[in-house]
Amino acid sequence: MKTLAQHQQDVPGKVATRWDVMLLPWVACIVVALVVHFASPVLVNEYWQNVLRRVGVFVIAAVSLNIVNGYAGQFSMGHAGFMAVGAYVAGATTYYGSLLLHGSVNDPNFYYQGIGLMLGGIGLGCVVAAIAGYLVGLPSLRLRGDYLAIVTLGFGEIIRVMLELTKGQLDNAAAVKDAGAKLLIHLNGPSGFFGIPSYANLFWIFLFVSVTCLIAYRIKYSSTGRALLSIREDEIAARSMGVDLTKYKVRAFVLAAALGGVAGGLYSHIGANPSPTDAGFQRSFDVILLVVLGGLGSISGSVLAAIVLILLPEVLREAQQYRLIIFALLLIIMMIVRPKGLFGVKEIWELDWFTGWFSGKRRERKAGAK
Amino acid sequence: MSALLEVKDLVVKYGAIEALHGISLTVNQGEIVSLIGSNGAGKTTTLRAISGIRRAASGSIVFNGADISRQAAHAIVRSGLVQSPEGRGVFPNMTVAENLDLGAFIRNDHAEIAKDLERALGLFPRLRERMGQMAGTLSGGEQQMLAMARAMLTKPRLLLLDEPSLGLAPQIVQTIFKIIREINASGTTILLVEQNARMALQVSHRAYVLETGKIVNQGDAKELASSDVVRKAYLGH
Repeated sequence: MKTLAQHQQDVPGKVATRWDVMLLPWVACIVVALVVHFASPVLVNEYWQNVLRRVGVFVIAAVSLNIVNGYAGQFSMGHAGFMAVGAYVAGATTYYGSLLLHGSVNDPNFYYQGIGLMLGGIGLGCVVAAIAGYLVGLPSLRLRGDYLAIVTLGFGEIIRVMLELTKGQLDNAAAVKDAGAKLLIHLNGPSGFFGIPSYANLFWIFLFVSVTCLIAYRIKYSSTGRALLSIREDEIAARSMGVDLTKYKVRAFVLAAALGGVAGGLYSHIGANPSPTDAGFQRSFDVILLVVLGGLGSISGSVLAAIVLILLPEVLREAQQYRLIIFALLLIIMMIVRPKGLFGVKEIWELDWFTGWFSGKRRERKAGAK
Repeated sequence: MSALLEVKDLVVKYGAIEALHGISLTVNQGEIVSLIGSNGAGKTTTLRAISGIRRAASGSIVFNGADISRQAAHAIVRSGLVQSPEGRGVFPNMTVAENLDLGAFIRNDHAEIAKDLERALGLFPRLRERMGQMAGTLSGGEQQMLAMARAMLTKPRLLLLDEPSLGLAPQIVQTIFKIIREINASGTTILLVEQNARMALQVSHRAYVLETGKIVNQGDAKELASSDVVRKAYLGH
């Protein structure tokens, strides 16, 4: 959050046009994606690269949910619904698009056009999820606490049931041409959508991860973020500061849904066939867990929680039948030791022990204690 | 003197229960007007209706020439009518600096904000020492100071103060009322709701006495303070 002292230093209009502030972070996103893309094959095998892609998807999911559950303090339990909307829209775009334009799916000769379809599909999924977020958000944000949780939970379940009722998947170009707009109901019902090529390699995943984190970070420290955090703290006080509650709550909801849609879009392109259960309560809860453990409002907390909680079951796989017990135990210990989540509302670099570590204060304090 | 706020026949209901039975009051530009009365008289309800947090069932609220009784609370704040909420209403998990920053949420004139901040911190030097501290860890008096400073940063034309002395040590109450006078002297009109009738009548120009949803007495603050009815009921001698 920008402090008033910083307001004083700002020359109006100057900061916003400085190219290094505007452009550099976006360039940094591309660099991060490239580094992950080229470093991972050297460091880990194919299996772990796949795990890494999954980690990336859940980082986006957690960071986006954090905007509404963390910053604005509105407890949404339907995030998986928005993710599923994004996943199905993006997956179907790539799959049916490939059939329509090329006659087959996952042909190496169609690779770059396929990537284009995937990006278009993710964009479309993002927009559709945002619209869904707006439609759900506007009426339900009049509700608070438990009631909002129930309504959003219901939204996810509605999406799940609707997906289960869809008809079988089409598998040739002629059928796709015939179906036209009816393609929307050919999403393969309960067994899930198959055969989406896994175009989302580590570069794309981590490009979207870093862009999502950048967006979330910028929102948190903007006036929108300030408004959202004030709503979470005290709605009446926020209102008496001139904050339009509905406008900001809906804004948070739409942003979270849009980025959740992106997470879903990527999810369907990492070889994980999206199925109706991906829209359900279980999946929503997985993401909420990441946000709560990382700390409501902390971006770095969400990122770290997503990395740890997705990697943990993989690492514990060695312990086979005990891994769920260990996993549950770790969660309980976490909640006792750090009830506000890993970092609370702060970012990792704002924590005393972290800054102290790097400025050497920690050592001085220890020496002083002796 | 021109009327900045004019409330006419205001009725507010909580469900079927009528909390205010049609009250009328006027606040002129540059005044401190206080609204006194015992518990449950409807003082806070009146303020809430004026600031738009509670909808009026009937009646009109005209601020600065425009009827605001149907406007949303955040829009009313933008038109220059700001309430420092009851129970202080600071954001406990934010620092003092962040709280003050939110006071200036609707403003964009950075240079003016900086000046107003200096002015507010001049009135409440204690806050300057506490800038990086979480608001929730401040003492009651400091929280009240923060709430008032934050409301000042919103740059109100009319400031509504709800029980600024509630739960504070007598010495701090003195300080708070001294500052209310100073805020008023610098050009902000104030509508004050208080249970501490003695202090309220000392600082205000005019006052209204509220009893179970009706205005039972009104007039010059000094005269009210010396009138028998008010002295017996609210001043205790």
